[in-house]
Amino acid sequence: MEQKKDNSSEWQPRIVAFLCNWCSYAGADLAGVSRFSYPANVRIVRLPCSGRVDPMFVLKSFERGADMVLVSGCHPGDCHYTSGNYHARRKLQAFREMMTFLGIDPRRFKMSWVSAAEGAKWSALIGKITEEARALGPFNSFPRAVIGEEKQ
Amino acid sequence: MTVVASATESLRDAAARAITEGKAAVVIGYGTEGGASFRSPAFVRTADSVAGLVFDDLCLPNLAVYLTKNEIRAMGKMAVVVKGCDLRAVNVLLRENVIDRKDVVLIGVRCGGVGRPRLAKCGACEMHDPQGCDVVVGEPVKPEAGGDGLYRAVDEIERMSAEQRWEYWRRQLGKCIRCYACRQVCPLCYCKRCIVEKSTPQWVETSPHLRGNVAWNVARALHLTGRCVGCGECERVCPMNIPLGTLNLKMARMMEEWYKFRSGTSADEKAPFTAWAADDREKEIL
Repeated sequence: MEQKKDNSSEWQPRIVAFLCNWCSYAGADLAGVSRFSYPANVRIVRLPCSGRVDPMFVLKSFERGADMVLVSGCHPGDCHYTSGNYHARRKLQAFREMMTFLGIDPRRFKMSWVSAAEGAKWSALIGKITEEARALGPFNSFPRAVIGEEKQ
Repeated sequence: MTVVASATESLRDAAARAITEGKAAVVIGYGTEGGASFRSPAFVRTADSVAGLVFDDLCLPNLAVYLTKNEIRAMGKMAVVVKGCDLRAVNVLLRENVIDRKDVVLIGVRCGGVGRPRLAKCGACEMHDPQGCDVVVGEPVKPEAGGDGLYRAVDEIERMSAEQRWEYWRRQLGKCIRCYACRQVCPLCYCKRCIVEKSTPQWVETSPHLRGNVAWNVARALHLTGRCVGCGECERVCPMNIPLGTLNLKMARMMEEWYKFRSGTSADEKAPFTAWAADDREKEIL
């Protein structure tokens, strides 16, 4: 399961991004309409708010083959629901600390604030973390259930 | 068998009084039966059976767990025997509005430490004399000279490299047989429907393989972050001897360091994950 005989192209990291509807999703959208290119390695999941993110989402993503997970929301003070991003920050900072304590590579879990006006930031951010994910390689140390891996 | 006579006598008195005065229909305490290593719980419902209650240094279980069990609640008003550490769990149940203070009689016991040998938590105990109970029994105790060994296991793991830590936890969590004894014994795991029982979607794979075990133990520890009072019952009952308490302590210390919060010190505190501050920790947010 470690190595595939996929010789058509090199290995590509899979990044799952949980974005809040109001800022980061709009930021990613802006990147698109502004024609800023960014790697296609990121799979976006749109949520009402970063406060919706349960750490179980992150674990589940890793289980199902994500090499990196990103949670992005509105900048502090800008949450559409006033405080969802603050709650997300508390929860997810603790979660990342727990990952570190367990020895699960915390570099695999990213958080960011991207506003609806920051299409350029989004594009640069995805470029940067995709490079990092590529350098880290497949997250095989995590006990993954690699589903759909062999699909052509 | 070294039964602390004074505590046991006054405990039985208090229990009998709670029943005869109609304040409680059942007294949840420690019984004389049970194994050699700890006292099993006893549920006393008549004043003339209080002789079945005892208190000594084998009274390990945290009886606060029974306050949320339906079959015990069905007996009527409850009185519960609590050591200082157990009282912290009761405080969390009160602050989370799971129990109502006026429905519960708290019989506190002064406790100088339990377990043979003494549990690590007893060395760091600051609750020898439980505060805010309806009645407190037992002689005042002198705190035993204890080490500050509470976080020793946490520190040991933190000194390891990331690879060593994962190797360690992979081995430990790999042992889990998913009996959920840790959940059943935890006074704060009172959800009527636990996340492991949810199947659409299934958050935690139920087979005892590493993937499901990591998900379960991470979920358990996260749901207790900012709530766990460190009673250590999960670790005590774990048949596979997984150091669950170490993970809980790590998170508890984090809450103390980040939010100056120690769970269960009073019934009207506000848990860290129900609050926020604009200047909260913001490490590595891109």
